Amino acid sequence: MDLTQGTSEEKNSRAKKMMLWFGIISLIMSFAGWTSAYIVSKSRPDWLKDFDLPNAFLISLLIIVISSFTFILAGKALKNNNRSQASAFLLVTLLLGLAFIYNQFLGFNEIIGDGYHFTGPTSNITMTFIFVIAFMHILHVAVGLICLLVVIYNHFKQKYTPSSMLGFELAATFWHFLDALWVLLFLFLYFFR
Amino acid sequence: MSAHADNHAHDDDHGHHHKETFVTKYIFSQDHKMIAKQYLITGTIMGVIGVLMSMMMRMQIAWPEEPNVIFEALLGKWAPDGVMDADIYLALVTIHGTIMVFFVLTAGLSGTFSNLLIPLQIGARDMASGFLNMVSYWLFFLSSVIMVISLFVEAGPAAAGWTIYPPLSALPMAQAGSGMGMTLWLVSMAIFIASSLLGSLNYIVTVINLRTKGMSMTRLPLTIWCFFITAVIGVISFPVLLSAALLLIMDRSFGTSFFLSDIFIQGEVLHYQGGSPVLFEHLFWFLGHPEVYIVILPAMGLVSEIMASNSRKPIFGYRAMIASILAIAFLSTIVWGHHMFISGMNPFLGSVFTFTTLLIAIPSAVKAFNWITTLWKGNLQMNPAMLFSIGFVSTFITGGLTGIILGDSALDINVHDTYFVVAHFHLVMGISALYGMFAGIYHWYPKMFGRMLNKNLGYIHFWVTAVCAYGVFFPMHFIGMAGLPRRYYTNSNFPLFDDLANVNVIITIFALVGGVVQILYLYNFFASIFYGKKTVQNPWKSTTLEWTAPIKHIHGNWEGEIPHVHRWPYDYSKPGHDVDFVPQNIPLKDGEEELQH
Repeated sequence: MDLTQGTSEEKNSRAKKMMLWFGIISLIMSFAGWTSAYIVSKSRPDWLKDFDLPNAFLISLLIIVISSFTFILAGKALKNNNRSQASAFLLVTLLLGLAFIYNQFLGFNEIIGDGYHFTGPTSNITMTFIFVIAFMHILHVAVGLICLLVVIYNHFKQKYTPSSMLGFELAATFWHFLDALWVLLFLFLYFFR
Repeated sequence: MSAHADNHAHDDDHGHHHKETFVTKYIFSQDHKMIAKQYLITGTIMGVIGVLMSMMMRMQIAWPEEPNVIFEALLGKWAPDGVMDADIYLALVTIHGTIMVFFVLTAGLSGTFSNLLIPLQIGARDMASGFLNMVSYWLFFLSSVIMVISLFVEAGPAAAGWTIYPPLSALPMAQAGSGMGMTLWLVSMAIFIASSLLGSLNYIVTVINLRTKGMSMTRLPLTIWCFFITAVIGVISFPVLLSAALLLIMDRSFGTSFFLSDIFIQGEVLHYQGGSPVLFEHLFWFLGHPEVYIVILPAMGLVSEIMASNSRKPIFGYRAMIASILAIAFLSTIVWGHHMFISGMNPFLGSVFTFTTLLIAIPSAVKAFNWITTLWKGNLQMNPAMLFSIGFVSTFITGGLTGIILGDSALDINVHDTYFVVAHFHLVMGISALYGMFAGIYHWYPKMFGRMLNKNLGYIHFWVTAVCAYGVFFPMHFIGMAGLPRRYYTNSNFPLFDDLANVNVIITIFALVGGVVQILYLYNFFASIFYGKKTVQNPWKSTTLEWTAPIKHIHGNWEGEIPHVHRWPYDYSKPGHDVDFVPQNIPLKDGEEELQH
């Protein structure tokens, strides 16, 4: 593909999409930083070898995967000019996103219930890592929710048409990234003990 | 729909003509050329602060514990009766390093020239996102302001070294600068990283997507290749520093133990347990090493371009240059352990890092030889930009050779944390990158300000700087070999080093002269903005696209259509042409073949 061709508008929308992808690479690198710190710290004497991930994390995993699907369905509905269906799916996605964050905090409560706090004498480094990694992911989901709110606002302002929905696509890509990221982090925390 | 299409054509033909107010033109500008100048001037101001700090450190080393009016004037309460306090010496080391590495040679160099040259040389109206570009500059400005503010806090600025290893950086009570100074350092750097990431994302997608017709990747000037790969390295490595900084902040403020193990302060047992500062070193140097290539690659790109133009010859080994840039970028991410040979690392791991580190010598040597062969039998135009470029190759080779010694774990252990290391990295990334930056400024000044810098002042600037730079850093190799440790504010307590005192005085004199002569450059720079000789459109008879744009800056870069590209960027002295340069936008003649490059 010759990227030097095309009108300036085509080039610009291509550039914006690609900018998001490179942004995602940099976010992946920051999580790679935390997960590799986690792996390196496993040799610590106070590392907790035997622990259960909270059940709420598994539930939130399901929630965020479903929310990715509803986002895709919203996009399909928009492409088919089915506006009310699109609104419904977008709102469901928003609710699922909020439910995800709520569940993550339930998970934190479960960990605290097991007797591990984030910091202080009752903390343990393994659980502290899990707190930090999950919390940083929540922060990113919060940003994703803001993007989603902007998309919903624009949708109600009727800004998206089947031929022009760049903002929608950018938000969707970011949302799928958040979904995939939590799946990967969950598998990582589950299998790397 | 047709109105829509008309709009496109209009956009392509005339660029964007907005009515601009003072604020949108000079302050919150989204024009890449103005943002480049903003970066350059902010970087220059930070550079003056950084150089002043190094001069004060040198005076302290040469004449330790002697009253000095300059200390009294500049350091105030940190130099009671003009005698420098030990704490502030460490703070000077720290802030000098931080400012020079990040604020001058990352943002000042890459920020200036990536912004100025990427759209102009690839044939684009502007960056992919002018808005994010503006945000990137203002975040950089904000982080600079915070860093400068940190110099004035009560207990002094951060003093843990620019590498901010814990526990000095993690325990607010560890030393004077570990409190508010360190907090401000972390805040400033977090903002700096955000700025750098936004800038990098913009550079990458602009280079990939906004090239004009005909500008294939193998017709890009080497400057663009270097800026592009620099940005890629930045996107990959800066986030890891941010993760490390976040864990550090947790340790500092929330009492976690990521990097801290059992520790006593003033007889008091702290609650930390089990953590390891070496983990921080790993995370830090995963950024820290690529960072030195973020500093040097843009300088390499500028020098390649200036050398070809001023030798009136095609660059030697264009594809080999690209390949070595890519190889350096890849290798830069797998060598960080060579900064940590004495951290208790497994000797086998040390030998792996030695191997990968020495591999970097290959692409670096390819580049050095290519520059020399570009000069070979060229019609050399010895203007200041060219002199600084040749100076760059010289210091890059000198500093690179000691890199081979330091990259070898068995040798490195002997000279670790001595002035040998200081000499090495100052020559290979400090002075070299600074030369690259000066070369770029002398070469592209007409493009930035529409006027020429004074040539004779430029000659004096180069020769005095070159002599002083070697005068400072060459003897440092020897005192380093003799064992003189870096970061000590005085060596007078060690009779072992008494013999080296005179060498230190000589180094300091060179440093002071070299620092003072930069005033000449600053005068040249700022006076020429208003009084310099007016430039012609293509003063150096170069082939790249930026010289086809009008002298007067317009938002959108070219009046009318963007030029299309028909040849590679180094058609100098091509047989069959009347002039010794053929710009990239000139179509091939009948029967003319594009050079195999």
